[in-house]
Amino acid sequence: MRPMLLALLAKEPAHGYELKQALEQIFGSAYPSPNIGQIYVTLGRLEKDGLVRVVDVEQSNRPNKKVYYLTAAGREALEGWVDEPTEGPRVRDEFFMKLVLAPMTGIADRMAMINRQRRHYLGLMRDLNELAGQTDRDNRAALLLVEGAMLHLQADLDWLERCQEELS
Amino acid sequence: MTSPVVDTVNLVKIYQDGEVPVPAVRGVDLRVEAGEFVAVMGPSGSGKSTLIHMIGGLEARTSGEIWLDGQRADMLKESAWALLRRRKIGFVFQFFNLVANMTVADNVELPALLAGVSAKEARRRREHLLGELGLTARADAAPAQLAGGEQQRVALARALANKPSLLLADEPTGNLDSRNTRDVLRLLGEVHREGQAIVLVTHDARVASLADRVVSLLDGQIVDDGGAGLARRRPRGGAGDVIELRG
Ligand SMILES: Nc1ncnc2c1ncn2[C@@H]1O[C@H](COP(=O)(O)OP(=O)(O)OP(=O)(O)O)[C@@H](O)[C@H]1O
Ligand SMILES: [Mg+2]
Repeated sequence: MRPMLLALLAKEPAHGYELKQALEQIFGSAYPSPNIGQIYVTLGRLEKDGLVRVVDVEQSNRPNKKVYYLTAAGREALEGWVDEPTEGPRVRDEFFMKLVLAPMTGIADRMAMINRQRRHYLGLMRDLNELAGQTDRDNRAALLLVEGAMLHLQADLDWLERCQEELS
Repeated sequence: MTSPVVDTVNLVKIYQDGEVPVPAVRGVDLRVEAGEFVAVMGPSGSGKSTLIHMIGGLEARTSGEIWLDGQRADMLKESAWALLRRRKIGFVFQFFNLVANMTVADNVELPALLAGVSAKEARRRREHLLGELGLTARADAAPAQLAGGEQQRVALARALANKPSLLLADEPTGNLDSRNTRDVLRLLGEVHREGQAIVLVTHDARVASLADRVVSLLDGQIVDDGGAGLARRRPRGGAGDVIELRG
């Protein structure tokens, strides 16, 4: 989450709760809602590393508000993050490990495992369909995120089909 | 109890036209209730097209039985099959099969006219279907002037023109991008809500996930028939986890 917070702060200074809201608004409900505690912990670490600095803003009849600013070092770190190539998804699929290893021990049947997993993926796909339906048509980023998840899931299903052809 | 729309009993197809016989479908029992939406998935060559061609009477079976609406269909003569198809079945081919020398509009109206629907009603229905699929502007084009994805949607509109009680569709979204797939899904949802049964072959998990049941074929046999398993068991936010895990 560190670089995401830096990016939001590069746009404008903000306090923790505003950052949480911005993440939710930009990525929609497909993105797991960040926990406010986690955001403050991350901001604390960024501050310690000198990437952000905090200014206490006095508020009448409420506790002070902490507003976070990006520092020059923070901007540099952000630029580094944007410039470096990003790893693609790695195949580190737990189901595949089960599929290969479990039948060796005689505790599971591959065909049954694959069928169960396919149903599970299709159920997830149905959820994503619903999520896409509930997402605001104008929120391009959120819709694209759901579409990305669907395409990954499709690839998982295609792979499952290959496993069924080859292993059973 | 009403009879199932489709009921196959130990259905077998062995292609004999080559050097060696090819067993494409090997003993399939598939029952589809009225109004049910069944998706058929499986690897290339697993017999999906062969199966729905047999159900639609477009390919002769080698052995086994096919019952449609409680009527034995596999013994029917070609002409009787054609009549049955015209009345009850809409078919979307994997490779479209549009009539080349007719406009898109005429292609879509033809089945309704053949089924005895009035010209006015056939036209109304055609306009609705082409509208739903974003093809209104292409009504006067010839099939050859259309992109693959457009031809595919015309084929779907044609199959739905006479409000068949059974829609058989072979990869109806195979050539479509995301947005056109969404239009097709919306139309299928409408068809399903109106109580028409759907048997749809697809590789597209988005399409399959909307079905009431997913039947998986492997080497000409059903290896899974997922009715209840598809029921939602996950708490809210499950989809969000997918994104996190793949992130
Ligand atoms: N007319 C034919 N003559 C001989 N063999 C055929 C014929 N049609 C299909 N087959 C064979 O029957 C098997 C099943 O083919 P079918 O077209 O039903 O598969 P499919 O599941 O629809 O595949 P795909 O996903 O590629 O469309 C294949 O091995 C295929 O080569
Ligand atoms: Mg096929």
